Amino acid sequence: MCGVVGLLLRDPDLEPQLGALLVPMIEALDERGPDSSGIAVYADTPAHPELAGGQAPLVRLSLGADVEVDWMAVGCELLELCGTGADLQRFGAGLVVDMPEETLPDAHALLAADWNQVRVLGTGRHVRVLKDTGRPTDTCARYGIRHWEGYQAVAHTRMATESAVTVLHSHPFVPARDLCVVHNGSFSNYASVRRRLEDDGVAFDSDNDSEVAARFLASRLEFGDDLEEATRWVMKEMDGFFTLVITSAEGMSVVRDAFACKPAVVAETASYVAVASEYRALAELPGIADAVVFEPHPEEVYTWSR
Amino acid sequence: MEPLTIDPATLVAPLTLDCDELSVREVNAVLQRLPEWSEATVTQPRGRHNLAVGLAHPMAITIDGNAGYFVGGLGGARDGSGPDIVVNGFVGWAVGENLMGGTIRVKGSASQSAGATARGGRVFVEGHASLRAGISLKGGTVAIAGNAGAMTGFMAQAGTILIGGNAGHALGDSLYEAVIYVQGTIASLGADAVVEEMTDDDVLAVKGLVEESGFDHIEPDRVTKVASARQLYHFSTHHHGTY
Repeated sequence: MCGVVGLLLRDPDLEPQLGALLVPMIEALDERGPDSSGIAVYADTPAHPELAGGQAPLVRLSLGADVEVDWMAVGCELLELCGTGADLQRFGAGLVVDMPEETLPDAHALLAADWNQVRVLGTGRHVRVLKDTGRPTDTCARYGIRHWEGYQAVAHTRMATESAVTVLHSHPFVPARDLCVVHNGSFSNYASVRRRLEDDGVAFDSDNDSEVAARFLASRLEFGDDLEEATRWVMKEMDGFFTLVITSAEGMSVVRDAFACKPAVVAETASYVAVASEYRALAELPGIADAVVFEPHPEEVYTWSR
Repeated sequence: MEPLTIDPATLVAPLTLDCDELSVREVNAVLQRLPEWSEATVTQPRGRHNLAVGLAHPMAITIDGNAGYFVGGLGGARDGSGPDIVVNGFVGWAVGENLMGGTIRVKGSASQSAGATARGGRVFVEGHASLRAGISLKGGTVAIAGNAGAMTGFMAQAGTILIGGNAGHALGDSLYEAVIYVQGTIASLGADAVVEEMTDDDVLAVKGLVEESGFDHIEPDRVTKVASARQLYHFSTHHHGTY
């Protein structure tokens, strides 16, 4: 199984409620993916007060772990590294750090040297990522997702079939800045696609089949494709069953395999576009009774911009 | 059966079961205890799965809203009798899966695999049906007022599928003895599916289905019949030398 969720807000007035709208969607898909979950929320990064005056925008680094970590100590070391220019937010068993661009390589080096149990879940300017094992409903509560604000979210509830249940094997995969991929299904040709990507120097975090699709998508975007073209490439090259929800800072796309083997339902209103594995997950959204509700056709790429 | 958290004796006709108050198991446990010819309405279904499944007796159930997977599945008896279920909304995957008897009428559209493996009974979809309606049908009837998605009737063994609109790709792929009638266009036929001449009996069968379903935009003498070419039933004798 597995459950996928995407929510793109068109009405800025809903942005403070993003988390509150998202949690019932994830909870409805809890039983589709009780092994682990991941949530990525996009917000316009607020300028850090210390960095006012036209300096470069901050990079947001999301961290998690499979084991107990002294997050206060990690945070303190990162703050020390970044000086006054950084900002820390602690969520459940994870940490989100906003830091100046130039500090990022040192931060990676510090984590690798002193905190090798810490996993980098994603980087971007807008996205904040958490991944954790255990029931998604519990994770939502533990991380206080209800209070997260933003303009877009993507989430995944995982029932693992192809690889281990760890934080790094969990979705969403974040193969490039602000680019998230969640997948319901399984790929059969991922080993050969992965070998090609590795030959091109692409590095992987896990042996998960979905990560291959995510890295392949990122490689297409790097070649200059737009999100829709890159998604079409994934559809053509990746063999298997999939409903994919892909988000970038600009918007969201959805694609299903030729046989539509995995479910997907879209609800569209003037205020939002929502996609989920099952209608149950959309049923609590405001104005759902008047929404345009449809199933994405197989092999058709749907893209919505912010 | 699950223990009930409500006392059935306190329920009065017309019975209303509110999914905001009761779990799916509780709703189904009450429905399964109802005497024959009862009437009940299930409110606030909110896409919940497995509503009104396994109801053996004739009774009238209204599901007042959009429902999830397997609505009314496994219902009815071998003699073709069973509940009349009406869904005032759309439904998810596999409405009426493995239906034995009775009727399920969906006022909206149906997602994938409507009427899958149904041995008897009737599934009427007033909107459109997604992929693989009537997959592995074993004697039941699936009638769709609107369009049907790809692979409708996939490997259907017995029974009838009626499509009032257009049919998607690979219609009737690997069909056995089920028969498909289509009023609109056919995007493509599946492997071993062929268009056959309509006989007088076919016209009569469609006429009966139109009367039952109320899909009177369908003109029985203008539909296209799709059935099995029976070329995939056995290995070809050409392959003898291989063994």
